[in-house]
Amino acid sequence: MRRLSLYAGAALVGLVLLLAVVSLFWTPFDPTHVDPAARLLGPGWPHLLGTDGLGQDIFSRILVGARVCIQVGVIAVAIGCVIGVPLGMAAAASRSWPGQLIMRAADIVYAFPALLLAILLAAAKGGGSILTAMTAIGIASVPAFARIVRGSALQVLSQDYVLAARASGIGPVRIAVTHVAPNIAPVVLVQASVSFGLAILAEAALSYLGLSAPPATPTWGRMLFESQQYIFSNPSLALWPGVFIAAAVLGFNLLGDGLRDRFDPTLVEVR
Amino acid sequence: MSDFDVRGVSRVFGKGQSRVVAVDNVTLSVEPGQRVGIVGESGSGKSTLVRLMAGLLPVTAGDIEFGGRSITGGKESDLGFLRSQVAMVFQDPRSSLDPRMRVGRTITEPLRSPLLDGWDRAARVARLTEVMTKVGLDPAIADRYPHEFSGGQRQRIAIARALAPSPRVLIADEATSALDVFTRNQILNLIVDRVRDDGLTLILVSHDLAVVRHVCDSVLVMRAGRIIEAGPAEQIYDHPADPYTRQLVAAIPKLRL
Repeated sequence: MRRLSLYAGAALVGLVLLLAVVSLFWTPFDPTHVDPAARLLGPGWPHLLGTDGLGQDIFSRILVGARVCIQVGVIAVAIGCVIGVPLGMAAAASRSWPGQLIMRAADIVYAFPALLLAILLAAAKGGGSILTAMTAIGIASVPAFARIVRGSALQVLSQDYVLAARASGIGPVRIAVTHVAPNIAPVVLVQASVSFGLAILAEAALSYLGLSAPPATPTWGRMLFESQQYIFSNPSLALWPGVFIAAAVLGFNLLGDGLRDRFDPTLVEVR
Repeated sequence: MSDFDVRGVSRVFGKGQSRVVAVDNVTLSVEPGQRVGIVGESGSGKSTLVRLMAGLLPVTAGDIEFGGRSITGGKESDLGFLRSQVAMVFQDPRSSLDPRMRVGRTITEPLRSPLLDGWDRAARVARLTEVMTKVGLDPAIADRYPHEFSGGQRQRIAIARALAPSPRVLIADEATSALDVFTRNQILNLIVDRVRDDGLTLILVSHDLAVVRHVCDSVLVMRAGRIIEAGPAEQIYDHPADPYTRQLVAAIPKLRL
């Protein structure tokens, strides 16, 4: 059972990655080609998942949407990691006021939902774009990384092997690199996977609100928005982007859970 | 000149309600080549005392000199003379060995210290083989991880790491307490042999008076952060002056064969 979530998560994540990679080389139709003669077709051939209200091929748009969602996830998680991990380690290393200051600042950012942050950024930049969305989601994920890294790093720093390293004159930076980083890496990996899922969901919400990619770019959130006016006549239009958003988020969450079980410190020696 | 001169040292943890005086106005000196045992029950401050002496904790009051130079109040960068000469072995080898570091790297870690010069790769590999042989480990196992070893072997790895930079003083903080009786004797004999052959000063912390008697030439008895009795080992064991020491000595299990 333990392995199931790892494998199921990996399979779903693999599927989304595959769609994204395929979209780089091939889509059955031009995802932005408007064809009034082929509006609102149901699933079939040659339009596998049918067409939307403008006659655009849904499958092609799903493929390109996967690329956008992976791109947003990667950048947002990278921002969260690159800022959050060093901050968490620094906070763990200085338990007095600098560490406290970092964590209280993290709390303040934590209080801002990614959505609000994205709206603020979009307002400041005079309009939403995929860049403001990624930045906002990335910044919003920094506190989660900082907190989890601080907790794990404190645990590592309390071990005698850190004391032994200090006793032989190894400095704090070297200890962080050789002892702390390898021992907290699994925890960061798990958090990255969970944050990736959250980032996809947040991007879908921002897209839906028109605060992410420009209208010409097909994203799953925007497709959901566009299908809204046909929700009663053609409900399957909303189904496809919804299914893929759910699958991607579920995949990354399951993967995170599976990795967490895999790296559970109480199970390390049982292997 | 003494190796260690500890004068009126105290260490306080916490404040207000949770204030604990772990080490209370302790004075002692350790001569080169001496084998000092520090005994006392759990919480008597013996571990804190040796951590203060190893410069791993700042003192609250008092002064500690190592080789005639003060180690208190200075910056970490001024402690090189102490760090390169004093090595420690800890109680629990599960906690004292990094689970994600190969044992060869763990053992040679002190040689990578910025305090030491001249340990290039070849010199480190040669020294690794040398210390692993010295502590009774097969040098071929250097690329394995700690979880592949038994408690006794892990403690040998920890001792090899302590000996790698050729220290002058070895501090063993309950180094045999987490081990079973047979392994304990082996590790104890290993420590004794290495201390004798390399001419080291030994500070052995233990709650086990039998262990200390087997190894040390002088003994300090600690209780509630204070040294309540100190002297040559035979004197402490045969004619303990303090009632608490008498109690401790009487509690040593005697084996009749």
